[in-house]
Amino acid sequence: MDFSNFLWMRDEMSLLGVILVLFLYDTFGTEKSRRAFSWVACLLLAVQTAYLFCPSRMGSSFGGMYYTTPMGDAVKAILNIGTLLVFLQADAWAKKPDMVIRRGEFYVLTLMTLLGMYLMISAGNFLLFFIGLEMASLPLTALVAIEKYHQLSYEAAAKYVFVALFSSSLLLLGLSFVYGAVGTLYFADIAAQLTGNPLLYVGLVFFMAGMGFKISIVPFHLWTADVYQSAPTPVTAYLSVISKGAAAFALMIVLFKVFSPIPVIWRPVLWGLIFITITVGNLFAVRQKNLKRFMAFSSISQAGYILLGVLAGSAVGMASLVYYVLVYVFSNLAVFGVISVIENATGKVGMDDYNGLYRTNPKLSVAMMLALFSLAGIPPFAGFFSKFFIFYAAVSEGFYVLVFLALLNTIISLYYYLLVVKAMFIRQDDCIIPPLRSDGASRLSLSICVLGIIATGLLSCIYSSLNGLAFGF
Amino acid sequence: MNFLSLFVLIPLLMMAGLALSKDIKQVRAVAVTGSSLQLILAFVVLFLFIGERAAGHTEEMLFVADAVWYAPLNIHYTVGVDGVSVAMLLLSSIVVFAGVFASWKINPLTKEFFLWLILLSIGVFGFFISINLFTMFMFYEIALIPMYLLIGIWGSGNKTYSAMKLTLMLMGGSALLLVGILGIYFHSSNDGHLTMNLLEIARNNAIPHSAQYYLFPLTFVGFGVLGAMFPFHTWSPDGHASAPTAVSMLHAGVLMKLGGYGCFRVAMYLMPWAATQLSWIFLILTGISVVYGAFSACVQTDLKYINAYSSVSHCGLVLFALLMWNKTAMTGAVLQMLSHGLMTALFFALIGMIYGRTHTRDIREMGGLMKIMPFLSACYVIAGLASLGLPGLSGFVAEMTVFVGSFQWSDTFHRVFTIIACTSIVITAVYILRVVGKLLYGAVQNEHHRELSDATWWERLSAITLIVGVAAIGLAPGWISGLVGESMRVISERILQYI
Repeated sequence: MDFSNFLWMRDEMSLLGVILVLFLYDTFGTEKSRRAFSWVACLLLAVQTAYLFCPSRMGSSFGGMYYTTPMGDAVKAILNIGTLLVFLQADAWAKKPDMVIRRGEFYVLTLMTLLGMYLMISAGNFLLFFIGLEMASLPLTALVAIEKYHQLSYEAAAKYVFVALFSSSLLLLGLSFVYGAVGTLYFADIAAQLTGNPLLYVGLVFFMAGMGFKISIVPFHLWTADVYQSAPTPVTAYLSVISKGAAAFALMIVLFKVFSPIPVIWRPVLWGLIFITITVGNLFAVRQKNLKRFMAFSSISQAGYILLGVLAGSAVGMASLVYYVLVYVFSNLAVFGVISVIENATGKVGMDDYNGLYRTNPKLSVAMMLALFSLAGIPPFAGFFSKFFIFYAAVSEGFYVLVFLALLNTIISLYYYLLVVKAMFIRQDDCIIPPLRSDGASRLSLSICVLGIIATGLLSCIYSSLNGLAFGF
Repeated sequence: MNFLSLFVLIPLLMMAGLALSKDIKQVRAVAVTGSSLQLILAFVVLFLFIGERAAGHTEEMLFVADAVWYAPLNIHYTVGVDGVSVAMLLLSSIVVFAGVFASWKINPLTKEFFLWLILLSIGVFGFFISINLFTMFMFYEIALIPMYLLIGIWGSGNKTYSAMKLTLMLMGGSALLLVGILGIYFHSSNDGHLTMNLLEIARNNAIPHSAQYYLFPLTFVGFGVLGAMFPFHTWSPDGHASAPTAVSMLHAGVLMKLGGYGCFRVAMYLMPWAATQLSWIFLILTGISVVYGAFSACVQTDLKYINAYSSVSHCGLVLFALLMWNKTAMTGAVLQMLSHGLMTALFFALIGMIYGRTHTRDIREMGGLMKIMPFLSACYVIAGLASLGLPGLSGFVAEMTVFVGSFQWSDTFHRVFTIIACTSIVITAVYILRVVGKLLYGAVQNEHHRELSDATWWERLSAITLIVGVAAIGLAPGWISGLVGESMRVISERILQYI
């Protein structure tokens, strides 16, 4: 065996190194030395993120099992940034008395799922893809259940594990159909042998259904609201941003690499899925009173917008999708950051609890408002640019009607995002949340998010460099 | 960096200054300095523009500057002005200047109020200097969202409902607009060099007729929502009635003009063929706006509602005149925008000042104000006379030009609609004189009102600034209609070549 193949997997290897160091530190570190665990975890991850920015070579190893592309590296770097922000926000939560002994597990498990997503992104073979997918889902079950003395937490974990297994089995069934039709699991070989075999189409449908669960697109979204509401807030944030972004990108890679000869088959399916995802997500979000549940439906509809980039299928589509995910990371994590600060201090997550928040906590309210405006696509915040670009990509392939429907949906989404703004800025209440002093790590992460929300859109270099890496099918 | 970008830069610096200021005095100082600078800048641009034109520069847009922003998507930041934009910049800076003084005593959260108000003005100024579809759209949306908080926090009456209705309806308009803009962009060229620059799109003139057929309504209605076109006007009365004084001024005075400006700058200028084919539909709708708005104003008893419906009627006339295509009517449309912008801002400022004293806006509960607050009442009479088209004030110049232009059409359809629209002049006189009679003359309805004071210096400054504008257009209309007419001729000729 030629061990130099591993050199191609520098991203995975470096992340694995971080995981091992943290694992050993958690296992063998003394009670006293583990006090700095959160900061060590953040620091190591930051170093590894910086390493990802070093220019990499394009190529494959293990006979085409594993591919590395500059775009894949960029996505991994974005996922890393998001994970880092989640770690910073989780700091206060992880130091709570009943969590502190399980703190190490949180960081190690989260990074394990991240490793799984790396593999999904870089896979050149469905087997490796599947391993990555499982690595990304199973540790998440443990993460959802990590507050094991809270009934809601393990109820959510039970729901999540059933859905994850069910969707994995659907996906496997699809893959076995694909294998039955063409006799290989290598992406390049399948694409070369795509024929009009109906078995392949059935396989494609099952595959998309399986991925639909991971990205939580309608009609495979039913687990989302319950799990998001009941899971610990940092885990929810991770689920809604990182896990979703990675799965959407992986779906795009597979559709571009494997099923590129038959866009006539998957494009109409995707068209319908996007439309109902955006619409149903938005309509259900309107009635939610619990902010975590609210964000669950909001992120369902955001997933629909993300998939518009897949539908476009062009290089612009890919660049816009990755850019959208980046902006979404900053915006959504800013919202979850505020939610978790307030939840940690007061235990409140209802929308009505936020009434009059601006009078007592102006900075948190402004951060939340900017993030919501960005999610709604209001200029000059980054969300406007990402929405515009993704619509641009879709229209350039002629999807006028879908873009129009998606735009009508942005009005609904603006309505419910404004409900939160209204609660914070306009409405008054007798029991306003008292002025809070959030912890340093949360403040750092919120500052990064707000900076990202403002700068990512106005500085064109970020999109341009992503565009330089992108490819269509 | 082109000096036109100062129109965006100055408000940005103002926002930074506001964010840093500690007390209300500093907030006021920053707001007054910034808005005065902008007013001066607007006059500088005006004189430079006239100078350049006199020097024989006949390009469509002057002071054009272009910077690449998003290279992969052909998105540029392009600025430039023609006569209409110069006039609009002047209007906006006058209204912002007057608005700052009209909200001298605003509370609570004074600093935040001015921050949002200035953000709104960034959108307005940016829109008028842009000649790129993307930046135009971006600035348009920047102008929309501050409205929600401005009305929601500082408004009165049913404010949360009005704020949400206004924001969502205008966002609906911008959704139509975005599809339209993307459609225009992807048809902007035959040789594959797609562009978002308005001038280049017009020069290429490549949008196929089949595409114009659906892109024109999308963009026209998209901007028409902001121009309060029937049946998409319903946000306007509620929104204007609930908004705080300065916001009503800026919104009715300037923001609604974005709608009319966009209609001819984007929809009609870029798609002249569709304009000739589809104008009749919109002519009917705007005709309804003109008459319906005027009749609705007659039956209202709330001062702000009266003025809001009157805005629907007057802004309807702007779109109505644009759809007549000939140079005279289109020039009249722009004059109407300027005239309406100034006088409606004056109205809202005065209503705000009266409301601040009497705490009611219901005309049935007030009377004889002329004896109590002579300055405010006299200003109100001037605004009213401008609105009903008294010669010597701006309303007459604008409406005269509009109807003379419209009547140049000799076919029955246009004649009938011109006559119908003309009736609005009479109806306007009815509701204006009714208010003036009840509110300012007659017996004092409420004895407590006798103790009220007249205008303070900042209120006088605000009102006088606007009155000077109204009178300047009314007494010396030649220079402004020359400035505007030259630019409108280009657009008018582009359309007329298709009939």
